[in-house]
Amino acid sequence: MTASATAAAASSASAEPFLKLSGLRKTYPGVVALADFSMEVQPGEVIGLVGENGAGKSTLMNILGGVIEPDRGAIEIDGVAYPSLSVAQSMAAGIGFVHQELNLFDNLSVAANVYIGREPRKYGFLQLVDDDKLQKAVQPFLDRLGATFSPATPVARLSLAQQQLVEIAKALSLQSRLVILDEPTSSLPIAETEKLLEVIAGLKADGISVIFISHRLHEVVQASDRVLVLRDGNLVGALEGAEIKHDTMVRLMVGRDLKVNYVSPAVSGGGAVLSIKGVRTSTYPGREINLDLHAGEILGLAGLVGAGRTEFARVLFGIDRPLGGGVALNGQEVHFATSADAVRAGVFLVPEDRKGAGLLLDLSIAQNITLPNLRSYARSSVVSLSAELEQAELSRTDLDIRTSNVSQPTSSLSGGNQQKVVLAKWLAMKPKAIIFDEPTRGIDVGAKAEIYNLMRVLSDSGVAVLMISSDMEEVIGVSDRVAVMHEGQIQGTLDRAQCSEENILRLAVGRSI
Amino acid sequence: MLKKDLGLLVLIIVVGAVVAIINPRFLSPINIANTSNLVGLFGIFAIGQGFVIITGGIDLSVGSIIALLGVIFIDLIANHGVPWPLAALLVLAIGVMMGMVHGLLVTKLKLQPFVVTLCGLLIYRGIARFYTRDATAGFPFGVNFSDLEWITTGRTDIVALLTGDRFHSIPIPHAFFIMLVIAVIMWFVLHRSVFGRYLYAVGKNEEAARYSGIRTTRVIVAAYVISATLAALSAIFFAMYTRSILPSGHGNFYELYAIAAAVLGGFSLRGGEGSIVGVVLGTVLLQVLQNLVNLLGIPSSLNFAVMGSVILIGVIADQQFATFRRRREVSRERLAASSAMAEAAE
Repeated sequence: MTASATAAAASSASAEPFLKLSGLRKTYPGVVALADFSMEVQPGEVIGLVGENGAGKSTLMNILGGVIEPDRGAIEIDGVAYPSLSVAQSMAAGIGFVHQELNLFDNLSVAANVYIGREPRKYGFLQLVDDDKLQKAVQPFLDRLGATFSPATPVARLSLAQQQLVEIAKALSLQSRLVILDEPTSSLPIAETEKLLEVIAGLKADGISVIFISHRLHEVVQASDRVLVLRDGNLVGALEGAEIKHDTMVRLMVGRDLKVNYVSPAVSGGGAVLSIKGVRTSTYPGREINLDLHAGEILGLAGLVGAGRTEFARVLFGIDRPLGGGVALNGQEVHFATSADAVRAGVFLVPEDRKGAGLLLDLSIAQNITLPNLRSYARSSVVSLSAELEQAELSRTDLDIRTSNVSQPTSSLSGGNQQKVVLAKWLAMKPKAIIFDEPTRGIDVGAKAEIYNLMRVLSDSGVAVLMISSDMEEVIGVSDRVAVMHEGQIQGTLDRAQCSEENILRLAVGRSI
Repeated sequence: MLKKDLGLLVLIIVVGAVVAIINPRFLSPINIANTSNLVGLFGIFAIGQGFVIITGGIDLSVGSIIALLGVIFIDLIANHGVPWPLAALLVLAIGVMMGMVHGLLVTKLKLQPFVVTLCGLLIYRGIARFYTRDATAGFPFGVNFSDLEWITTGRTDIVALLTGDRFHSIPIPHAFFIMLVIAVIMWFVLHRSVFGRYLYAVGKNEEAARYSGIRTTRVIVAAYVISATLAALSAIFFAMYTRSILPSGHGNFYELYAIAAAVLGGFSLRGGEGSIVGVVLGTVLLQVLQNLVNLLGIPSSLNFAVMGSVILIGVIADQQFATFRRRREVSRERLAASSAMAEAAE
């Protein structure tokens, strides 16, 4: 943290808290979602809020947003105590939200999104939208956030990081005094994350408070003046200054020690399973990707958002066609015209968008697991329900999928368990190579470790594993080798010894080491 | 059988009982036979429509296919001396082709199903009218196809057949019988086969289905082929049932009957939901309603209004029941959870 930021923190400590929560309690039948939670928010303070999934973070946010009522306790704003807030009161109090899943209309412009529902009008009864006024009103907010795009840009054309800025601009336009960022960095890679942390510092300098919720503890350490740790609805720790340490947070969150260096290194390197030669994707038609994926290794693929990693994964899995180049599987040239071809060849993908692409949430756990290979559970193309359940039970024990019944809809599972179902789909077949695209996004620490172990078991059994990840800790902790992508090509590969955050970053921004 | 289907069955029985009380002719053998004949005719293509709706699509071309293929079929056998089995095969083959074209336009060119099949509706209707120069297509006097007529419009008293004419029951129209056979086959296809599971998967979330290695294009094309082919089959049945076809009016709105039957049967137009039992029961209800209008002396001009009202009420009731069930489940879970807590506390 810079000296000025520390000074700002010191000066704000003397200021009066404008928001006080005391003794907030919320129970659901059988669950205490939040137990006697108290906190104060001072102007210009960045509070990190961490905890595993289900620790009570969302409940707290929903209480602040006026979405749910607490059973007990009080919310005091500028000295006035309320038993609960309404959405309007929350807005009037200057509490702004940037949710993990952004709520933008991508068919509208930036300015229209910022002032949605509050558009300036013109021509009296015609009530036309005054676009000039609108854009002029929005520009200052964008400048303040260091955004380089114009207010007239359609949101669909912005990157995820830029869209987040639009959400923050919206919060600013509502005169927010407290901006709550829910998992803002989970879908951002390094450079954008750094920028976001700068934006947070900027808000802080303007006297705006920030609550920063994240599973990425590294960033929490960087950004926060104070960190609150929740576990099972209880506040189990409040860390300040030098106490804010990665290990301490993890220990408090899980209630036990958890090794950060999750995965044991590869037993031995094998031959190349998947050789990619000169593959070009439609995003970077002029750039060629060359990469060898070896048996028994976990190859991390790092890079900035927009480096073309997901596009590359889609091409490898046959969702999109490559513009050129070739892929060889165990020395044999292969062409995947559709994902069905890739699946038949034993090349699988665990996609980035778990809910939209990885799973059919309405189908049962068992039906999801057998879907890619349904024919092998069928006799003369009639599905044997008993064979299907048998496989599902097997997967449940193998992967420790926590559910009472595999016939439950997949939507009933937590994020980590859903991801295990995606894995179970592919493990029930004979994988030769598996591509993981952001495998642990939005998944709690415990489930993350389980998924890393599964990846290691897979690679030890001779499967080639490619892990695309924007989570630096994950890339460094899990990979045997890291390839870094920059603008549609592999900028360099690092082995375990060279693999440091600094080296990865250098390659990711297009420099060499 | 799903709860939804059961609810629909109860509704049919209640409506039937009310009509029967007011007008006992509802249960006369001749009325039952006639109604079941219509259920058969409409059920065949409604089942096909169901497949398309499950993929999240819609097939608006059904009525026009019935008109066009009907006039072609009659023309072939009545005026060109083509043996009827050959003509039937030809008509079915055209149906397969039409479905294939619809499916490929939807999947390969990514056109919206509504647009593709709306164009089908217009094009086939236009060709049908042109084909006959807007005249009625029919059989010349004295021309008979006794085998074909027996299959399509004949009736068999099954009880009499089995007991060697000792006992009698209502003669069952063959169209109804064939619809039942198709329904049973399609039940297996939709609810038990690999293809059926793929259909549900594609309808629920095409992207996720593709990421599971399903050839979504094939699945969707197959659904349109099934719909158009079953429409082609009904074209033959309708041609033989009406015996003369006015190409400007024959089969008008039939696609809407099929969609209505599917919606009544619990299909979601967003895709991924529906059952064969549902769409068949939906067809039954629609025909019972038609019949009700006739038997209760309601002006036949109100026909569509009655049908529309019942569908609307049915859909609203279904939604309310679903909300009610969900609430009850939630409160039950809460109860279970709190009693478990209490036990743990003890």
